[in-house]
Amino acid sequence: MLKLNAHTITNKEYFYGHKACGGCGESLALRHAMKILGENSFAALPAGCMAAVSFIYPNMAFTTNAMITPFAATASVASGIAAGLKALGIENTQTIGIAGDGGTADIGFQALSGAIDRNADIIFITTDNEAYMNTGIQKSGLTPYGTKTTTSPAGENLPGSITQKKNMFEIVAAHGITYAATASVGYIEDFLKKVQKAKDTKGTSYIQVFVPCPTGWGYPANETVSLAKAVVDSGLWYLAEYENGEFMLNKNPKEFTSAKDYLKKQSRFKHLNDADIEYIEEQRDKKWEIMRRKWNY
Amino acid sequence: MDRPKVKGWSYPKSIDQFPMGSTCKSDHLTSINAGWRTVKPVIDQEVCINCLKCFLVCPDGAIDKSSKELEIDYDFCKGCGICAFECPVNAIKMIEEVK
Ligand SMILES: Cc1ncc(C[n+]2csc(CCOP(=O)(O)OP(=O)(O)O)c2C)c(N)n1
Ligand code: SF4
Ligand code: SF4
Ligand code: SF4
Ligand SMILES: [Mg+2]
Repeated sequence: MLKLNAHTITNKEYFYGHKACGGCGESLALRHAMKILGENSFAALPAGCMAAVSFIYPNMAFTTNAMITPFAATASVASGIAAGLKALGIENTQTIGIAGDGGTADIGFQALSGAIDRNADIIFITTDNEAYMNTGIQKSGLTPYGTKTTTSPAGENLPGSITQKKNMFEIVAAHGITYAATASVGYIEDFLKKVQKAKDTKGTSYIQVFVPCPTGWGYPANETVSLAKAVVDSGLWYLAEYENGEFMLNKNPKEFTSAKDYLKKQSRFKHLNDADIEYIEEQRDKKWEIMRRKWNY
Repeated sequence: MDRPKVKGWSYPKSIDQFPMGSTCKSDHLTSINAGWRTVKPVIDQEVCINCLKCFLVCPDGAIDKSSKELEIDYDFCKGCGICAFECPVNAIKMIEEVK
């Protein structure tokens, strides 16, 4: 397979002129996904920042076919598009659903589960910025422990969110999906490779990509990519794949970089004290112990 | 430079000129984003080693690699500074926008 990197990917843009905040990680992920998927792709997006910044009638940031879906229906609409294209005999197309963390792990969950069950020929990409951003930073099922959002305030009694990040990647894998992966915009080549793999997969594939949000997380916009790298290097997120019924860790850091440094760069974690951070590290280490024991790498 | 351009667009003058629902052709930009910028990236071509990292990390795809030297589409660069932050040889300076 051709090595996908800045030199080999196309110069052409398929997602351009959008109105996302400067430095938006989510739009960076979409930009690269669309470069791999190309001209003949059909995108379905529910409510969320990416729909809101692309379809501002009459301004349209996709150069390909794309539409907004009812919030809960991303994977169903994508399944329908794929079925329609097949019925019309239109070949060499790729249908893709692109939803946020809220649009995947909470609101769009049953439609996604159904699509995987039917093995619909779609790619589902979750752009995970760990909260409902487009409506002003509410906690979602993918918001990690200790995050301050407008619905999980931090104060004397609460450390922000008190729930753990829902394990969407493994929940999706548990369906016996053909291909699933996690990614981060801190490791763009890895993400490009995974989108290409998903494109080459017949049936449903799922990619959950970690995408920092300067507006919702409270950090300078120029640090989006470096934070997305730091989260992986510190072990608070991981790069993995699920294929042929097996899990594979793509990156297994010998030593983690400081979780505290990663957390304290963002105002959503500013309130965390040393005990909170210790707890977060404990949870991280537990997770890695299991992954290293059970998964390939 | 090969980047999508703003298309001509005039608002419908009467109700029957409106489309059924808010649909339009794709690749249909009607306004630029340049006004969002407070600082702008400028590449020092002498220092640049052509690693294309800046091209890779720009969320807006505003850096074009189709010519010998990189070009920035200032119509759509938002001045976020990721390119300058990530450049391994500090070839990109963020300079203040003056009106
Ligand atoms: C059925 C329905 N419920 C709620 C909303 C309001 N809403 C619009 S965007 C959004 C947030 C989406 O969050 P997420 O899926 O994480 O995407 P992000 O904005 O973070 O990219 C919400 C709650 C809606 N449009 N439709
Ligand atoms: S609020 Fe966050 S996710 Fe939404 S457009 Fe702005 S930076 Fe992107
Ligand atoms: S990141 Fe810096 S050195 Fe690399 S291509 Fe861009 S300007 Fe040149
Ligand atoms: S400042 Fe931001 S938008 Fe402008 S070229 Fe650099 S990375 Fe792209
Ligand atoms: Mg979100």
